[in-house]
Amino acid sequence: MHVQLQYCLLIAAALFCTGIYGLITSRNAVRVLMSIELLLNAVNLNLMGFSNFLDPTRIKGQVFTVFVLTVAAAEAAVGLAIILAIYRNRDTVDMEKFNLLKW
Amino acid sequence: MNIAEGVQIVSFGILGTTMLAAALGVVLLSNIVYSAFLLGGVFVSMAGIYLLLNADFVAAAQILIYVGAINVLILFAIMLVNKQEDFSAVPKRWIRNGATAIVCFGLFALLGTMVLITPWSIAPATAVAVQDTVVEIGKHFFSDYLLPFELASVLLLMAMVGAIILARRDFIPEQLGVQQTALTLPEQPRESSAGSIASDEMPSS
Repeated sequence: MHVQLQYCLLIAAALFCTGIYGLITSRNAVRVLMSIELLLNAVNLNLMGFSNFLDPTRIKGQVFTVFVLTVAAAEAAVGLAIILAIYRNRDTVDMEKFNLLKW
Repeated sequence: MNIAEGVQIVSFGILGTTMLAAALGVVLLSNIVYSAFLLGGVFVSMAGIYLLLNADFVAAAQILIYVGAINVLILFAIMLVNKQEDFSAVPKRWIRNGATAIVCFGLFALLGTMVLITPWSIAPATAVAVQDTVVEIGKHFFSDYLLPFELASVLLLMAMVGAIILARRDFIPEQLGVQQTALTLPEQPRESSAGSIASDEMPSS
């Protein structure tokens, strides 16, 4: 018995599906942002699993994970600023009421 | 990693179970403050899994950036938009939720099947894992990933400026004759004459 690549990938897949469910169904805009963080974490777990099991000598997966961390930090800052701005304009955080771009 | 196999597998199971339960809590709980704290639990469990995967530097970076920065930022956002509102019921919403759940289960089944039937080219056990990951990652950063590394700094700068611009309120100059005390904020919301919320935030004159 050993920690295998498949376990990591299965857990990451489950986390990704949870994140997608939250992304689509939640109505609070902040929770949508949290779901995006879950998605990014699932991708990170995939990268780390590949880095450890397929490429243990040149750990390029970890380098990619650090880049994803950077992008996630930038995305969280800008996303929360957008939520604050739209909350000031519409006075709500309900995703159903953000229909400015609805055709 | 020189931990016994049994210890590894048990701690991996505990961390994975904790992470998935916390992720479900993030998505399903109705109180968003609980969701934010459970998100921190997800991040910490993820850092533990990284440690099991021989990645100490990335585990530390995960704790620092995700738990220390992003989670705190989300908590601040929850405080700033903290408005108890009962979301109005949308007709046929359960159909949407059910369809999304079915699609997510299908996606998970697809991904699981793909993971299990793909013959991964696992590295041979003789390949020694990198012991000093910080040195190795630093070598990658300053040789073959130098351009993305520098671009990341520009990206962070742009995100910082963009977040400030987006979240800033419009500056309305003070009317003449109003005393500016030291403790009042030199800004006013845009609808300072109309909204009732805005009237609370007007500087006391």
